[in-house]
Amino acid sequence: MLNDIKSGLRPALVLTLLFAALLGLAYPALIAGVGQLVFPWQANGSIVRDARGQAIGSAIIGQQFAGPGYFHGRPSAAGKGYDPLASSGSNFGASAKPLADRVKGDISANRPSPDVLAPPADLVTASASGLDPDISPEAALYQVARVAQARHVSTAQLDALVDQHIDTPLLGVIGERRVNVLALNRALDAAFPRP
Amino acid sequence: MTLAGWALIALFVAILGLTAKPVGLWLFALYEGRRTPLHALLGPVERGFYRLAGVDPAKEQSWRRYALHMLLFQLATALLTYFLLRAQGMLPLNQRGLPGVGADGAMNVAISFVTNTNWQWYTGESTLSNLSQMLALAIHNFLSAATGIAIAFALFRGFARRESATVGNFWADMTRVTLYLLVPICVVYALYLVAAGVPQTFAASIDAHTLEGARQTLALGPVASQEAIKMLGTNGGGFFNANSAHPFENPTAMTNLVQMLSIFLIGVGLTYTFGKAVGDTRQGWAILAAMAILFLAGAAVAYAMEVHPTPLMHQLGLAGGNMEGKEVRFGIIGSALFSVVTTAASCGAVNAMHDSFTALGGLIPMFNMELGEVVVGGVGAGIYGFLLFAILAVFVAGLMVGRTPEYVGKKIEAREVKLAVLAIAVLPLMILGGSAIATVTQAGLAGPLNKGPHGFSEILYAFSSATANNGSAFAGLTAGTPFYNALLGIAMWIGRFFIIVPVLAIAGSLAAKKHTPAGAGSFPTTGGLWVGLLVGIILIIGGLTFLPGLALGPIADHLTAAAGQLF
Repeated sequence: MLNDIKSGLRPALVLTLLFAALLGLAYPALIAGVGQLVFPWQANGSIVRDARGQAIGSAIIGQQFAGPGYFHGRPSAAGKGYDPLASSGSNFGASAKPLADRVKGDISANRPSPDVLAPPADLVTASASGLDPDISPEAALYQVARVAQARHVSTAQLDALVDQHIDTPLLGVIGERRVNVLALNRALDAAFPRP
Repeated sequence: MTLAGWALIALFVAILGLTAKPVGLWLFALYEGRRTPLHALLGPVERGFYRLAGVDPAKEQSWRRYALHMLLFQLATALLTYFLLRAQGMLPLNQRGLPGVGADGAMNVAISFVTNTNWQWYTGESTLSNLSQMLALAIHNFLSAATGIAIAFALFRGFARRESATVGNFWADMTRVTLYLLVPICVVYALYLVAAGVPQTFAASIDAHTLEGARQTLALGPVASQEAIKMLGTNGGGFFNANSAHPFENPTAMTNLVQMLSIFLIGVGLTYTFGKAVGDTRQGWAILAAMAILFLAGAAVAYAMEVHPTPLMHQLGLAGGNMEGKEVRFGIIGSALFSVVTTAASCGAVNAMHDSFTALGGLIPMFNMELGEVVVGGVGAGIYGFLLFAILAVFVAGLMVGRTPEYVGKKIEAREVKLAVLAIAVLPLMILGGSAIATVTQAGLAGPLNKGPHGFSEILYAFSSATANNGSAFAGLTAGTPFYNALLGIAMWIGRFFIIVPVLAIAGSLAAKKHTPAGAGSFPTTGGLWVGLLVGIILIIGGLTFLPGLALGPIADHLTAAAGQLF
């Protein structure tokens, strides 16, 4: 028994250090080297920039939209909303009272008048990451009337804009129909500058 | 439920059906220590490692020595992680100046990653520097996975060898699996992830000014390299708090499918390797069939539960599935399927918040873990856990026909059955025992976010996850306290090594036995009867043990929700 332990000490210590160097330093450095060379945009966070080169955000990370003239993303439980330093879902159980209160509030905030149907579910439920960049096409269309009014454009023009920004599932099976909110709002700013 | 949803499940199963044999054959070559095409490139690394460490890869070890050397290695790597985390504030690649991790937290993380659990009480993006993520954590994603596969190899040798005093060499098994299987796949996989949008940089963050003029600090890091092995090694520890729900970890529906496939890839392959090792590949296919039945049943239930609105959402007039805690790009099926895959295996990565699943939808991941994660399971851990149930199943069959049970050419006798029961008993002991302690102490009751039965579910889920070395959570539980760090740390350690050591003892005991050829009276361990018996034993042992606990948690939760009660 003692012999078994003694014979294992050197391999345990030496291989710990060797594997730490290989797997903890060399491997990530190799991926970073090749990644930065071949896919520099993605490797640095898929950052989108404005005309002056200023970073607006990441193409694949949601950001907070609250004004009536923009399409809104989903409720976010990441920090105070869409905080990438605190990604998180709400973690409320399916019959939690605080969840009921939050959803009720979001329904009335989104609903133009009580006789209109309730919004699509994704528009009033918090995503898993709190950083969901997408909403369903239905959730985008639901907001068209509000955005059109704020921007003084016709709803038909905005319906068409939303339609252009729908991503469809790969092979019809992999993924869901969705709209990237930041991409849609950037196109909105480009096509219909804010008054 | 939609046709596209079922098509995704079918596609997933079909791809794994096709990869089982090639992956299994590759693993078989490593099991036998044969040369692979990659030896030309990595052979010098392997030999250099052995030389510096003083290892003779051809020197066989008894099961005791194999176990002790394995434990020494776990201890050494755990201590490295503990001290790196404690000293984080003084080490480089820490641009945001994050302080060292506290003693109880660092101990919990070290155990968590050594045991392939990757339970995370902390928020990665605001607690750990890039150096800690790579050097303190990600190395375990390789090494704990390689250790699991090494243990499985040792057990395979127990069944395959005749009158042998040894079960292989731990250092050679672990090193070969790391160099010739995990590293090569991860290099390709990580680069694919970068191409798909997963960051890989040593910068810590970038500031953006949003369209509405707010400031958004985007946390970055060497994410892709960690993400690849996190899935392939069934580790599951996310770079970010939101894990595979975070768009930087899992940016598209396609990466989501690849992540799910990579969780199962090696575990499915190992069933074929087992059949090959014992000289009858039908033995491996029979195991895979039993796993597939249990997996598909779980996936169907989880999908069916999540695809409808919850009673609360229905009452508020919302249509469609339960989208609270799910991402739009994955949808209901991409989330429900992921939750079943990640808990059937001991991965524990999540792409949706299991805490916000419907009561019964959340029961499935919990039940998967409580069955011991033998439905494909963790890399290595799944197949050796499953073989414990196979030993119990032939024992039960032997009692029914009144013969000494045999399995793949070895007589199963009192010693093996006792050791198997000892290993399986760890699950109820730690899951139910730990949950019981937490529900009668102030420190334990301070944890849950949700009230009512769902609060109890959060506690039960935590101990199921820790003991089964899964690492996913009903994440409303505030687990970063000394109470939970200590108790869950103990559960993770016992849940890993109090199973591995009996498994190695079984390997040693079986290896020493003579080969017993199957006779006319042997219970066949390949056909439908055997598959049914396996499924039955797993469900009866797991189901009956945990049913009372599940009744107090998710089942009570379901009934009160249906009655419209809120908590």
